[in-house]
Amino acid sequence: MPELLQIEHIRKTFPGVVALDDVSFSVAAGEIHTLLGENGAGKSTLMNVLTGLYHPDSGKMRLDGRDVHFTSPRDSLARGIGMVHQHFMLVPAHSAFENILLALDKVPLVFSSGEYRKKIQRLIDTFEIDLDLDTEVWKLSIGAQQWIELIKLLLRNCRLLILDEPTAVLTPQETERLFKVLRLLQQQGKSIVFISHKMREVVEISDRVTVLKKGRSISTLERGNFDREILAGLMIGEDKIPHWQKNLQMSEKIVLDIRNLSVRNDRGLADLDQVCLQLKEGEILGIAGIAGNGQKALAEALTGLKPVTRGKIFAGDVDITHSSARSSYISGIAHIPEDRKSIGIAPDLDVADNLIMKSYQNPLFRRGFFQNRGAIRRNAEDKVSRFAIKTGPDGSPVRYLSGGNIQKVIIARELSEKPRVLVALYPTRGLDIGSAEYIHKIIVEGAGHGMSTILIAEDLDELLKLSDRIAVMFRGRVIGYADPRRTTREEIGLMMSGEKQDQAS
Amino acid sequence: MKLVIERRDTSSALVRFLAPVASIAVALAFAGFLLLAAGINPLEAYREILIEAVGSIYGISETLVKATPLILAGLGVSLAFRMQIWNIGAEGQIYIGAMGATWVALFSGLENHWVLMITMFSAAFICGGLWAGIAGFLRARWNVNEVIVTLMMNYIAILLINFLVYGPWRDPQSFNFPLTAQFADAARFANFFDTRLHSGFFLALALALFLYLFMERTVWGYQIKVIGSNAQAARYAGMRTGYAVFWVLFLSGAIAGVAGFSEVAGLQYRLQHGISPGYGYTAIIIAWLARRSAIGVVIVSLLMGILLVGGDSLQMLWQLPIAFVYAFQGLILFFLLGSDFFIQYRLKLIRGIRYG
Repeated sequence: MPELLQIEHIRKTFPGVVALDDVSFSVAAGEIHTLLGENGAGKSTLMNVLTGLYHPDSGKMRLDGRDVHFTSPRDSLARGIGMVHQHFMLVPAHSAFENILLALDKVPLVFSSGEYRKKIQRLIDTFEIDLDLDTEVWKLSIGAQQWIELIKLLLRNCRLLILDEPTAVLTPQETERLFKVLRLLQQQGKSIVFISHKMREVVEISDRVTVLKKGRSISTLERGNFDREILAGLMIGEDKIPHWQKNLQMSEKIVLDIRNLSVRNDRGLADLDQVCLQLKEGEILGIAGIAGNGQKALAEALTGLKPVTRGKIFAGDVDITHSSARSSYISGIAHIPEDRKSIGIAPDLDVADNLIMKSYQNPLFRRGFFQNRGAIRRNAEDKVSRFAIKTGPDGSPVRYLSGGNIQKVIIARELSEKPRVLVALYPTRGLDIGSAEYIHKIIVEGAGHGMSTILIAEDLDELLKLSDRIAVMFRGRVIGYADPRRTTREEIGLMMSGEKQDQAS
Repeated sequence: MKLVIERRDTSSALVRFLAPVASIAVALAFAGFLLLAAGINPLEAYREILIEAVGSIYGISETLVKATPLILAGLGVSLAFRMQIWNIGAEGQIYIGAMGATWVALFSGLENHWVLMITMFSAAFICGGLWAGIAGFLRARWNVNEVIVTLMMNYIAILLINFLVYGPWRDPQSFNFPLTAQFADAARFANFFDTRLHSGFFLALALALFLYLFMERTVWGYQIKVIGSNAQAARYAGMRTGYAVFWVLFLSGAIAGVAGFSEVAGLQYRLQHGISPGYGYTAIIIAWLARRSAIGVVIVSLLMGILLVGGDSLQMLWQLPIAFVYAFQGLILFFLLGSDFFIQYRLKLIRGIRYG
């Protein structure tokens, strides 16, 4: 097969971060090529390079054998490369038809809408797509909105379609339909770059798979040479497992008891499906799983950010199933949120003000209507030195701090009232090694003082290093436990893809 | 070679100070071209503005008089800005505040000066507050956009005042002019130094200090700052954001309402239409330029006062239209907003990108 697009040794850095280190892969005409990688492996950056949004620092791109570089998404679209983003670019108040028209190049000032309508209808018929052109976009299901995005690209005669986790938002039935369409497109000679980390789908649809890890393309496999196990192994990698002093004298007292917990999301699908977990005092319970298998919902339900559909959560003997974020904090559950910038901090306020965000009502920090600035400052000085937070000049907003220091501010705040349980969601994501190491140390020290931790992470090394026990989640369920002292990455990787369900805890 | 935009890791104090100064200079230069086009030497014009506005006791007093309603309305608007609430309705709140104060002055039957002052103040405060509170309630309860509501309610407020002064509140002795009767002496502010400078200016300064303490020292101020900086984080920390939205808009409108009180009790001594020639809109610019700090509002309002008084002299000396003064204000705002960008980002010249 002739190669349509070739990518060679692409490198892209942002201030302080190497997003893509060295990536090479190619897409042939009529091929479905999957890019597989964990979050942060560089998939999104790579896509943005392909569509001309980012300009690589170095490396080569060849289209039809000729060197190209795209100056903008418009430019790459003009040469037949189109992308369906994870977040759709649609105007909600307009109809499907109007949204499609909007994407067309060079629509004449006066145009016959019937002619375009016929064209679009032809596409809809060919691919047996279920879409009513006159419905406003906001009334359409997510699946239907995705069809609109796809039709936009087809009308512009794209030769290469990039789909960024298209199945993440689809039901299994919708996914089946999408795959049927993708195969039809393939028969017509279109090339498709498919991004996903759902192993089963990747194996089903791909002609070739390129695995990305930490900004490098580490391997490209042809159909027949890969299966779920091989891909899981490649994606997760095989570096040496680091060691950490494990907390061997764990008490048998249960501090958190989760019984048959179910949580439904906005679309009525189950994010959590009858999850049972027990957390012992001083235990670090790691939760492994490929992103989107319910870990986030678990953390949000525990910290009162998401309503529980069914089941119970007990902290000691107290039923905290339906408590709010605030009251669960008071009852001793601290939370390191996944997205520190969106709910973790008030970016315009300084470190001192951020440190008291959850305890500003505490009599310690107020005198009647007034704040006790002295106490707040002393609290900040204490935390800054204890958690080694590097702050800017006094009073400078936390948004100027580095990610690691912002994370330290959040942790200092969350741990300041001596919580019994810490729910840490990807606590070291995006941090440099030093900061990550420091946060590990704090969690382990906390465990020594009897704090229990639910550690949700995507980095298996991190889980193996810190956890006393690892629970693996798949599709909203805990499908098994692993003992970090005995298990291997491969074993956990398999369980993460829903393969193996045994191994005693 | 290519020019790219890069986010600054930190913005230095020097940049934060220089950017606004430079942008005012650029705005002056641009306005200079407009003046040149009108056949006026810009340097002479700027000198004239300064002399008129701050070159004499009279000039200074006039500048302070103009700055008074701007400080008050600006404080109100900036308070809401702190919480990312956009109160575009200070203009209407000034009128409604003036209405409340006027009712007390004319119809309450009170005669003691201090009792009158305090009652008029409270009436203006509550009227302005409730007026803005409507938008606050709608925003808190049904998430109705406060920009639209506060803006629209300006027209309602102004027309309501017109109704009153053309109708039920018109002074029978006004020969059919749309004016209320004049306030009794007890319902007027004291004047100082034989000029139009009145107690309203000092009231404005006191309120500025009060708001500064409120924002920087109280628990409520802290909540407002957290909510303004990140509402999601605030909810996550257990703050009641809806409740805060209502009270912040109430307070914001109340302070703008006090501007109306200060205008009728200190300058006009009666209610009539046109008591605010757009102070409420200028207040939006002021609140923005002041970077939402109470002290900043005072400083920027004084600068605006200079511009207004100096602008008057431009009108008289060179027959420039008032539109020029507005254009000038617009230029300054435009460049200051632009400078905000340079505080957060920098331009970087990149030579040659390697493609293989």
